[in-house]
Amino acid sequence: MMPRTLLDKLWQEHEITRRDDGASLLWVDRHLIHEGSHHAFAKLAARKANTAEPGLTYGVVDHYAPTRGAPATTDIARMISTLEDNAERYGITCFGLDDPRQGIVHVIGPEQGLTLPGMLVNCGDSHTSTHGAFGALAFGIGATEVAHVLATQTIWQKKPKSLRIVINGQLAPGVGAKDIALAWISKLGADGARGQAIEYAGETVRSLSMAGRMTLCNLSIEGGGRFGMIAPDQTTFDYVRGRPYAPTDADWDRALEAWASLKSDPDAAFDREVEINAADIVPIVTWGTSPEEALPITSTVPEPNNLEGADAQKLSETLEYMGLRPGQPLSDVVVDQVFIGSCTNARIEDLRDAAAVLSGRKSKVPGLVSPGSKLVKEQAEAEGLDRVFVKAGLDWVGSGCSMCVAMNGDAVPAGNRCASTTNRNFRGRQGRGARTHLMSPAMVAAAAVTGHLADVRPLLAGRGVA
Amino acid sequence: MTGWSRHTGLAIALDQENVDTDQLIPARFMSTPRSEGYGQFLLNDQRRDHTGALIEAHPLNLNPKTSILVMRRNFGSGSSREAAVYALVDFGIRVVLAPSFGDIFASNAVNNGLLPARLPDAVIDRMIAQLGASTAQVTIDLPSSTISIANESVRFDLDATWRQKLVNGWDDIDLTQVHADAIAEYRALRAQQKPWIFSAQETAG
Ligand code: SF4
Repeated sequence: MMPRTLLDKLWQEHEITRRDDGASLLWVDRHLIHEGSHHAFAKLAARKANTAEPGLTYGVVDHYAPTRGAPATTDIARMISTLEDNAERYGITCFGLDDPRQGIVHVIGPEQGLTLPGMLVNCGDSHTSTHGAFGALAFGIGATEVAHVLATQTIWQKKPKSLRIVINGQLAPGVGAKDIALAWISKLGADGARGQAIEYAGETVRSLSMAGRMTLCNLSIEGGGRFGMIAPDQTTFDYVRGRPYAPTDADWDRALEAWASLKSDPDAAFDREVEINAADIVPIVTWGTSPEEALPITSTVPEPNNLEGADAQKLSETLEYMGLRPGQPLSDVVVDQVFIGSCTNARIEDLRDAAAVLSGRKSKVPGLVSPGSKLVKEQAEAEGLDRVFVKAGLDWVGSGCSMCVAMNGDAVPAGNRCASTTNRNFRGRQGRGARTHLMSPAMVAAAAVTGHLADVRPLLAGRGVA
Repeated sequence: MTGWSRHTGLAIALDQENVDTDQLIPARFMSTPRSEGYGQFLLNDQRRDHTGALIEAHPLNLNPKTSILVMRRNFGSGSSREAAVYALVDFGIRVVLAPSFGDIFASNAVNNGLLPARLPDAVIDRMIAQLGASTAQVTIDLPSSTISIANESVRFDLDATWRQKLVNGWDDIDLTQVHADAIAEYRALRAQQKPWIFSAQETAG
């Protein structure tokens, strides 16, 4: 048999039929929904269709979840109750606001063991690629497609091209998955992986925890890739075992056997390969309004004078929006606030990374710390991390998407500069006129304690952190 | 959704790249029911000042009858929010011409009758230069994948399935139901081979 990639294997396993034009009808093992699904339910109701597999569909309140007290407006409260009502009407399990398992959809899927190796996972959210960290075929879909999955438990999709990003070498202390992601996105561009399914491979990837792998796969979409995936291994199996929805007993043994084959064959051909040396990666921050506009913290703000015509003009506009001076050292850029949260970087490991820097120090600016789920919150409190954040002067709040997307009322005021562990520095993403700098949790903590964008490495000296 | 094969309308160029879905419709408007129309929110933070008043000088405000947009690369990148497409469609946009589109945006567009037509960078460069701040009458022909502007005609790239969907106004759910037997067969086999995928089911109380 022809050697196959992980993508080939997952695709073949889920393909029900293929049309003449090459589009495949794929079976969906898990469908995750959130408040944004109201358009899809309206479509379903309009055609009087029912849900095909409510038992394979799980809902969660995250995008509009209040992080402090009650929903900020009646509109927001209505978005939440609409999801809860739809879930009830169609017989879908929903982790509602009061459920102890509530959290961000891409945090709770894996946390609950709903996401498993070999699955096809769909969700009406572009960061669904996160679940690919388990060796799953996971991709974000729009509302029309959500309605389609609800009605049929299948999705039409053309097989993407394959891109392998191989990362080898040792990461320096203070450098992590977020830096790897920003490094390849700035190298290939925000549309660098468009139309391609990314498989992350190499010894550096193997050495990442599941949290790090999820961060890496999560950010695939910021480089244009709808899919990100990593072959499952012992790290994956150790994470999955014992999760509430994970297989047990004989099923566990059978599952392990099936999962063992979920990797690219040694001679499998990829449409494209990119290699990155982990030793070359230093802590990275974004300076612009696209995730590709990222640079090592040790560099300076780009200068329009070095560009010509329209490019110079665009750069000037970006710098004006961001309130940056050409040539200014990035580490001189003063921040107004910080945010630690989102499906990219709000797992327990991320909170530990940030707390390791903040411990015994004060934040010079205000900020929010929003854990990725209620269970992460509980765990963090058991470890005393909440005390570290609160003593540093940051707000320890409830879990949800919060300031990542500014839908629940948590927003960065216009003109304010926020060091953020989130995934998008788009204009207006964190609120109208907000200035966002993306970076790792440790780097956000460094920005907090110094009051400006800062290299976290000196701050880690003598703290015994990797 | 009704299909279409040919559209003639007013085109304008916005010389912007990486216009993401957060710009197309900021998240704070997304709790609005679709029935209220999403066109008002299109590119809100560019088109309106902080009081919500329209900024007159914005090309879309000067030309509210625009139905064709010429844009730079990576249009519609970012979030999967279909509301970005609703904002364009409800404003009256039928076609976006750009060198590249966000993958999820492009499928969402086709599902709502909006054509995401890919053109080479050089062609877009020329169109943006030619159009400047002015408008032009442009005709798009789906069956032949051509765009006619002034006396010139250029071909655009479009997936064959997407062309069919746009022309016929097809709904995937209808198409899929034809395969109901194959789906049922697949499901039975999967439940037998990978029972753990199904055993997690619980019914909401
Ligand atoms: S945390 Fe942000 S990126 Fe993640 S699902 Fe929520 S809104 Fe989307």
